[in-house]
Amino acid sequence: MRTAHELTVENDGIADTMILTRSVSRAEVVREICAHLEPYQVGEKPITGETVIAKDLTIDSLAIMDMVMELEDRFDVSIPMSVIAEIHTVDQLADTIGDLRARA
Amino acid sequence: MGLFDRHAGLLDAYRDVRTTGYDPFQIRMERVLSPTKAIINGRETLLVGTNNYFGLTFDPSCMEAAIEAIRAEGTGTTGSRIANGSYSEHVALEKEIAEFYGKKHCMVFTTGYQANLGVISTLAGQGDFLLIDADSHASIYDACKMTQAEVVRFKHNDPSSLEARLRRLGDKPGNRVVVLEGIYSMLGDSAPLRAFVDVCKKYGAYVLIDEAHSLGALGEHGRGLCESTGVIDDCHFIVGTFSKTLGAIGGYCVSDDPDFDILRVTVRSYMFTASLPPSIVASVRQALRVVKARPELRRQLWDNVATLYDGLKAQGFTLGPEHGPVVGVHLPDRMTAIGFWRAMLDAGIYVNVAVPPATPNGVSLLRCSLCAVHTKEQLDHMVEVMTGIGRQFGVLPDKQLRAAGAR
Repeated sequence: MRTAHELTVENDGIADTMILTRSVSRAEVVREICAHLEPYQVGEKPITGETVIAKDLTIDSLAIMDMVMELEDRFDVSIPMSVIAEIHTVDQLADTIGDLRARA
Repeated sequence: MGLFDRHAGLLDAYRDVRTTGYDPFQIRMERVLSPTKAIINGRETLLVGTNNYFGLTFDPSCMEAAIEAIRAEGTGTTGSRIANGSYSEHVALEKEIAEFYGKKHCMVFTTGYQANLGVISTLAGQGDFLLIDADSHASIYDACKMTQAEVVRFKHNDPSSLEARLRRLGDKPGNRVVVLEGIYSMLGDSAPLRAFVDVCKKYGAYVLIDEAHSLGALGEHGRGLCESTGVIDDCHFIVGTFSKTLGAIGGYCVSDDPDFDILRVTVRSYMFTASLPPSIVASVRQALRVVKARPELRRQLWDNVATLYDGLKAQGFTLGPEHGPVVGVHLPDRMTAIGFWRAMLDAGIYVNVAVPPATPNGVSLLRCSLCAVHTKEQLDHMVEVMTGIGRQFGVLPDKQLRAAGAR
């Protein structure tokens, strides 16, 4: 929860400058996704690349789409809804963001 | 795996809801007495959740028009608009709605849902881009499932979020279609339409706006948010419904596009369903005349909005962000919302209850919608009842208990 809170504060402060135009490491993308998912963690089970977002966590489909919107703005990519529907794990989401950034 | 296993989570939630004794999704109006009163569970109940903004469901002139049409042309058309279901009256209604907006073309659909579903999924096709507000109505989301276009959501009522997504498309080929709503149905907030239109112009995007909840309510002539913000000419497609202010059922889409009529042979929800029955077409035509002739209904509606919104606000309720014909009352969670809703029904007041996943951001709401013919006494009474229940449920601070605790 603390991480999510810090993120909000951070975003409020610098707004648009938060969009990352420099190159981003995959680890950074995964870290960001995990920070968004932390509030939905079940018990002590850690969130990893293999975590199935809709199944292993308590997040509902609408909240997933809202999280994706936040990630889109953070990494300056747009992920079409049909692509979101095919994403199941944290790794797949990180790869999608990486691919879209590489193509931009 | 059983057919219903995938709904296990929803079934659990639904069971929870029903433990309260009433099922809010299967409420029966035993007898509707007027736009604002019905018998529910054997008692006379005040209706404050019917989207009946002008109260025209019982307007004598609309009722007479419908009855006359049944006598003249029967109960139904038994066919689609592209077969035997286009009567002179359907065409006349389309002409009248087009004139109402000052647009060249209009298509009438059998429901508002079908208007959005068909028009949006057909306008944006393979290679195009559909950009929708995150809080869009289910009919818009369902259109997105049917289209071959790439669909991207932007943050609710946030023109800069739309702009970022249009910018990212860069010079990719393909049309950009942006879908907005005049007034959003859950919290009653309206879109910053002018700012949205400016962004769309900058990136050459088409604008489609759904005025379902704003027809009649907004604008000098009741055309909706596109009129009150002065951007009718910049809205390429305006969609709306007959099932709210106009008191019947049906949907429409108007446009100035010279090739608009091609939609009549491409939009499947128009082609493959029976057209509106003559009685509905007749009552809608009359209701549109009433909307034009009686602007005082709009003023009455907004007076009532102010009474309810300001009354609840003053008591400490958390509401939607602005005055609107829909007043959404935030409650802390789903079960509190269901319990509150049931207590209101026991007190003789019906509103809608809206809980996740049907609501944005997982909020739980009592969704109240105002009617021009509610009286101030009815609404003052409602504020009083809701304040009492709010204290019982701990949603509002209980002043007396606090005083006792302090001693």
